[in-house]
Amino acid sequence: MAGLRLEGLRITRAGVPLVALEADIAPGEVLSVMGPSGSGKSTLLSAIMGTLAPSFAMTGRVRLDGCEITRQPPEARRVGILYQEELLFPHLSVGGNLAFGLPRAVRGRSARAARVAAALAEVGLAGFADRDPATLSGGQKARVALMRMLLAEPRALLLDEPFSRLDAGLRVQVREMVFARARARGLPVLLVTHDAADAAAAGGCVVELG
Amino acid sequence: MRPLRGAPLLTLLVLLGPVTAGLVGTLAPALGVFPALGGTRPSLAPMTALAAWPGLPGAVMLSVGVGLAATAISLVIVVLFVAGWQGTRAMAGLEQALAPLLSVPHAAAAFGLAFLIAPSGWIARALSPWATGWERPPDLLIVQDPLGLAMVAGLVVKEVPFLLLMTLAALPQVRPAQRMGVARALGYGPVTGWLKAVFPCVYAQIRLPVYAVLAYSMSVVDVAIILGPGTPPPLSVQVVRWMADPDLTLRFQAAAGAVLQLALVIGALGLWRLGEVVLGRLGRVWAEAGARRQGDGVLRLAGLGLAMLATGAVIAGLAGLGLWSVAGLWPFPEAWPEAISARSWLRHGPGLLAPGLETLWIAGAATALALALVLACLEAEHRFGLVPGARSLWLLYLPLLVPQVAFLPGLQAFALMAGVDMGRGAVILGHLVFVLPYVFLSLAAPWRAWDARHASVAAALGAGPGRVFRQVRLPMLLAPVLSAAAVGFAVSVGQYLPTLLIGGGRVQTLTTEAVALAAGGDRRAIAVTALAQTLVGMAGFALALAAPRILWANRRGLRAG
Ligand SMILES: Nc1ncnc2c1ncn2[C@@H]1O[C@H](COP(=O)(O)OP(=O)(O)OP(=O)(O)O)[C@@H](O)[C@H]1O
Ligand SMILES: [Mg+2]
Repeated sequence: MAGLRLEGLRITRAGVPLVALEADIAPGEVLSVMGPSGSGKSTLLSAIMGTLAPSFAMTGRVRLDGCEITRQPPEARRVGILYQEELLFPHLSVGGNLAFGLPRAVRGRSARAARVAAALAEVGLAGFADRDPATLSGGQKARVALMRMLLAEPRALLLDEPFSRLDAGLRVQVREMVFARARARGLPVLLVTHDAADAAAAGGCVVELG
Repeated sequence: MRPLRGAPLLTLLVLLGPVTAGLVGTLAPALGVFPALGGTRPSLAPMTALAAWPGLPGAVMLSVGVGLAATAISLVIVVLFVAGWQGTRAMAGLEQALAPLLSVPHAAAAFGLAFLIAPSGWIARALSPWATGWERPPDLLIVQDPLGLAMVAGLVVKEVPFLLLMTLAALPQVRPAQRMGVARALGYGPVTGWLKAVFPCVYAQIRLPVYAVLAYSMSVVDVAIILGPGTPPPLSVQVVRWMADPDLTLRFQAAAGAVLQLALVIGALGLWRLGEVVLGRLGRVWAEAGARRQGDGVLRLAGLGLAMLATGAVIAGLAGLGLWSVAGLWPFPEAWPEAISARSWLRHGPGLLAPGLETLWIAGAATALALALVLACLEAEHRFGLVPGARSLWLLYLPLLVPQVAFLPGLQAFALMAGVDMGRGAVILGHLVFVLPYVFLSLAAPWRAWDARHASVAAALGAGPGRVFRQVRLPMLLAPVLSAAAVGFAVSVGQYLPTLLIGGGRVQTLTTEAVALAAGGDRRAIAVTALAQTLVGMAGFALALAAPRILWANRRGLRAG
């Protein structure tokens, strides 16, 4: 029962079907969804997140580790997401961004700071906690965004073309890192992409939309 | 969640409730119904009395003439300037000056202009006696001239910055650079090309602000008292005079005048709309005729010259106020005072403390309320996926299109009937009606432009909608929120009629004090009061600019704008 299951998921806009998907992603596995621009890839992810725009309608169920989450508000679903842009909060420091996602259960200022510092060290960014996120390089931002998401302890990870803005060398590196971290934490991953190389590197099944 | 859903409705109520109630309260006495004053049966007596007033034709002509002239001139200046200088350094320079210029209250700008152009003003002094031969101020009626030319000038210098701001805000949506690229490649000159290829779409976007300028210019009271003629005055001023008359039976006549003012504004808006259609037709013919450059060089220079003249007049006027406020003896025709002293400030300053505090109170409260309502509306729009239609924009503009003098007397009438004392609280609610649209219009675009994926990321990190609002969206949009607040604050500081009529003459702000000094002609007292008024309005903008810079000094991602 563990993992991310999409049961008869159908998304329509003004009655017109946009996406229909049946999927079962086990912990540590990656499902790649490919499709041309406008085929509804981002819309599919927002349906799983619970942030579907009101102009869309959705039927079917989303189950995470056996529980149905379709009716839960987005903040309660524990579904993590990484977008093409890092979307670091520009008003918070790098450490502040990570602490934003750290659960409240981690109590005490020093304990939280220690968790943040450890997360930064894990991706080779030790000592970056006080930096302004706007001053980081693209690769560094990608790593901060990943660790911010993982610190929130999600139970599944959605990837909306998170590698497509990086240049070739960096792309391989960041891709490896994301998949390795997700696998290590046993997260089911749903990747949407334009790029066949991303899907190949993910190593799982590939679904075509549109 | 629940209260937030009601926010748009509550906002609409706050906005339109007073306008509707006020209109009813004006219409009833205009038709003879005002039980508190013995008017129990409908009659045409108020209308007949109004028609019998000998000054009526003059007052009507002034109202319509000044309004149309000020609006047309302001629009032409803005259009010529933007057409000729879009994307240049001159434009960027003027854009910088826009916010402070907008925050100058109408009354202060009008006083400044009066100090410049009066027979004993700066311009006459600079030219005397060497060029004019004047040893004493000439006996010319320049300020308060019977045709209202000074009043038109006073309105133009304040409406040009407003329309310029609106035009610059609308411009990016029509992608002027691409359009101009095409037009230039087809051989069109910059101004001709802009007028033919860009202007029609820009005008469609700034139509409502233009209408607001027209309605405002036709019915403004404070600028008319300072720069407009007195016998007869524009209709709106006469209505206020009747309202203030101890003879309460004149209230009927005042109401009739207010209704006429409303009708005049509606008629003028219709006329303007007709002009739009006709000019649009002619413009299409002109565009299709294919002329490539028609006096582009001259028009370009004219645009720059006029825009500089309009902004320069406000700045020079403020400088003139500044100089008068510290002038010792300053005989005509000297261009500079003989001595500089702080005497005027020491003499009039302490008396301004109480109205100054009142101004801060009212403006602060009205701005805070407006900001809360606007943020609630925008957040409701975001959370519930509400899509505001074109109609909601009209509703937002309604308080700016209905002349103040047409509905504020009605509110006063209601208060009189109910026997309630309208104090500071009522004045704050009255200001809110005018502050709210400006706050909404300033904040809506940046608020909606925010990348909502930040909210999705925050939700994925476990943050609920409230936390996203407080800890992500609000801090990220701090700069636009504060500038919207500053706009609202300046609007409130500049309000004259709502304070006067709703406060029943008992609530004194810097603006009512300044306008009350107009009749007396004590230049030093006027200068000190008008400057105090300007400084309070500008202080809001200074704070709004400084706070995000200090708070986000180490955050490069928030300093782009
Ligand atoms: N908030 C919205 N309201 C209405 N329609 C939308 C909304 N967001 C997206 N759409 C439309 O839904 C369709 C699918 O959009 P979506 O963003 O899911 O595509 P995509 O596959 O992610 O494309 P891309 O590869 O370009 O990111 C498009 O036609 C888009 O215009
Ligand atoms: Mg997409």
